[in-house]
Amino acid sequence: MLKNLRERMSPTDIVMWSIGGLLLVLIVWGSASTIVKGTYSARHWVDFVIFGLAQGSVYALIAMGYTMVYGVLRMINFAHSEVFMSGPYTAYFFAAYFHRSGLLESHPVISLVLVFIVSMATSTLIAVLLERIAYRPLRGAPRLVPLITAIGASFFLQYVFRGLYGSGFQAYPVVTALEGHFSLGPIRVLKFQALVIVAAGLLMVALYQFTQRTRLGKALRSVSEDKEASALMGIDVDRMISMTFMIGGAAAGAAGVLYAIMFKQVHFFMGFIPGIKAFTAAVLGGIGNIPGAMLGGIFLGLVESVGPSLFLDGLGIVAPYQLKDAIAFTMLVLVLIFRPSGILGERLAVTKA
Amino acid sequence: MTATRTQRLPGFRLGVIGGVCLVLLALIGMVYAFNQREIVSGVISMGQTLLVFTSAFIAYMAVKRTPSRSAGPMLAAGVTAGLVMAAMLVLLILLGKTVNMRQVFINASPALFNLLLFYQENIWTGIGLMLLSGALIGLLTGLLFLVPNLWRHALITGICSLAVVGMLQDLIAPIIGTWGPLAVLADWLFSGNGLSPGGAVGLFCAVAAATAIWSAKRQAVGRRVQAMQPGPKRNLKLAAILAAAVVLLILPHALGLFLSEVMTIVGLYVLLGLGLNIVVGFAGLLDLGYVAFFAIGSYTVAILTSPELGFFSLTFWQALPFAVLLGIIAGVMLGIPVLKMRGDYLAIATLGFGEIIRILVLSDALRPWLGGAQGIGKITKARIGDFEFASPQEVYYLLLAGCILVGFISWRLRDSRLGRAWMAMREDEDVAQAMGINLVATKLLAFATGAGFSALSGAIFASKIGSVYPHSFNVMISINIICVIIVGGMGSMPGVVVGAIALVGLPELLREFAEYRLLVYGAALVAMMLLKPEGLWPEATHKRELHDAMETAPPPAAGAPAAPPG
Repeated sequence: MLKNLRERMSPTDIVMWSIGGLLLVLIVWGSASTIVKGTYSARHWVDFVIFGLAQGSVYALIAMGYTMVYGVLRMINFAHSEVFMSGPYTAYFFAAYFHRSGLLESHPVISLVLVFIVSMATSTLIAVLLERIAYRPLRGAPRLVPLITAIGASFFLQYVFRGLYGSGFQAYPVVTALEGHFSLGPIRVLKFQALVIVAAGLLMVALYQFTQRTRLGKALRSVSEDKEASALMGIDVDRMISMTFMIGGAAAGAAGVLYAIMFKQVHFFMGFIPGIKAFTAAVLGGIGNIPGAMLGGIFLGLVESVGPSLFLDGLGIVAPYQLKDAIAFTMLVLVLIFRPSGILGERLAVTKA
Repeated sequence: MTATRTQRLPGFRLGVIGGVCLVLLALIGMVYAFNQREIVSGVISMGQTLLVFTSAFIAYMAVKRTPSRSAGPMLAAGVTAGLVMAAMLVLLILLGKTVNMRQVFINASPALFNLLLFYQENIWTGIGLMLLSGALIGLLTGLLFLVPNLWRHALITGICSLAVVGMLQDLIAPIIGTWGPLAVLADWLFSGNGLSPGGAVGLFCAVAAATAIWSAKRQAVGRRVQAMQPGPKRNLKLAAILAAAVVLLILPHALGLFLSEVMTIVGLYVLLGLGLNIVVGFAGLLDLGYVAFFAIGSYTVAILTSPELGFFSLTFWQALPFAVLLGIIAGVMLGIPVLKMRGDYLAIATLGFGEIIRILVLSDALRPWLGGAQGIGKITKARIGDFEFASPQEVYYLLLAGCILVGFISWRLRDSRLGRAWMAMREDEDVAQAMGINLVATKLLAFATGAGFSALSGAIFASKIGSVYPHSFNVMISINIICVIIVGGMGSMPGVVVGAIALVGLPELLREFAEYRLLVYGAALVAMMLLKPEGLWPEATHKRELHDAMETAPPPAAGAPAAPPG
């Protein structure tokens, strides 16, 4: 039995498993000592979890775009973070106008819906143009070529928007209707966090139903499975790829407004960090897999908001919240090492990547 | 449907696209920002040049795509494209004059519209001039297309040289000024702002004539060199190498302080690029966390030499081996976990590693040892005897030595058994393993070599700057190095140098337009990948492969019927 094990494990495997084990011990020990110390009350933990859920659902919506594009084209769309930025930044001017004219006060629902529509339309437009101009001519090129194109497009879009709208931070108008909090029994939920969670959840359910139930969604899935066979079945592959970018763009635009409501500002560089995080989320969930991206996003948001206080505080680390990104990336690396296909793994990780 | 429309009004579609580009250029503020500088003094400003070049390029494309090859339709296509573009700018002007666009588009200022109207009081005169110049540009581009090849080549090079010299006048004028008797040339060529009209005509004639002569004689010279005896041929090669060495040695003194600084930055990227070229270009392992090793090299030197932390106080040369060694160890350490990953997954995992290292360095938790966000200062400079490598002109030699060393090592490695193993692995891991290549060792050696070079570069960087901050090591550096390699040509060593000059050096020269530097950089990357994906100086085999792949790969939807489902 032991001999059998020794044959299956290479020395590098042993190193990796021991590192993994060590981290696990650290996490358990850290969490245990935090809980024993009792720095945070139950109320704190609930707040952390709700914030994590809100943050995570935004990540999940952005991750949609990454994962769908990866599923269809097998490329990392680095410019997706700029698709995400373009929507809320454009919609900001509408929101500010509604704020000035008082519409945001008197009819918050109508004006928010309008802001959402503008943001989603802009992001969709940018995503479709991006695909048409930068990516379509590169089908069949080696993998690095579209990657570099995506990086270039990302720079370009960032600075185009900076040139158009200016380089300062713009404060998103505060919606009075979203101030304050609900009380669900003992649990206190800030209203805007509730909006973010509910809106993102609805959108994700709608998207999932769309891909699973409609003919168009079926065609999308078939293209991501096998482009040539889909073409033979009478599916217009180019149109479906455009459609993928459209849906991803719309989801990113919606996520952008939610993000702007949460953090109350927009900026031409605002897409970078959420973009990388959402991408991490897509990988965590199993890239190419839509429910995986949702799950990965929410999981990432939760770990980021709960993790620093839970694991690191107990280990006596100074200012643990600074390390939340390190936790996210460590998790990413660990998932890639031990379960490269992600939480809801698809097998393409091994065969096609 | 589009095809028929293009035939009916050739140049219309391209004209619309070009018009959108021009409007965008105006709205993001490039035209106005560039207008402060003149290209030819009193004749044309840089902002106008930008508009002219863009519209000329589009008109040229329109002429080239005209189905008919006779002069009439081609000129018509050029003029149509030019007019359409001008008309779209006119629409922008009319819109801007009636509505206040500044609340949204901060650059849509009255000054911009004045500039677009050629500073005419009467708006309709300005609009007339705009339409006229659009048509004129279209017509001239059409004519340019119709002249013989040699002439066209000479004319285009001449015009482009005017733009380049005019744009870089602040650099070129002082350099020529230091050349003793040749200094009068600078006075003749340049006025206070831009080329002087006489100088412009002279420069244009000189460059156009030189281009024409060179393109006419190039083949003959090439044949003569080909036909040479081996002996003289070797002498010629030796002389060329010697000349290159002399030029490289005196370069920083001929070019002055600012350009030397730019060259040191380029040198750093060449070092990093040569290292990453081994990992990505030779071994085919896409590493996006390469900056981590650069950081490790820098921080090792900083910790070992800086009196600020007070742990050690070694000299630069004593710290250097530790930096490289630590880089190599880190390369192996980070290499082990990712041994089994391929392609995109490897890229993501290494990206994660790079970020983890940066965040750890930045954190307060490790601050007593690594300095946190304040970084580490007072790093000692490298010195030999009494000579200290302090100013950019001196650090240049340090980097030159580093580049030559690293270049030599990677050149020898490329043709060695190990290098061939790397390339076999790049082409197909499974086949390479079947051929008896030890994948684990080969991969780890690639990571280790690349990391060592990167740490060397980091060490020089630390002593050049004198202080290190975590912010200098973000993921953009890794991405920039990848871009340098790809733009230069994957796996090609001269390509790394060319790529670093193009992507790092040129943008540094245009610092005063810092706002638009990355915009141009991004657009250039996209354009480059669309038009010349094999890079500026590709390896012969790689170029062949790329073109074969692009040509044989069937466009996936080519045969698909257009009926959409659902």
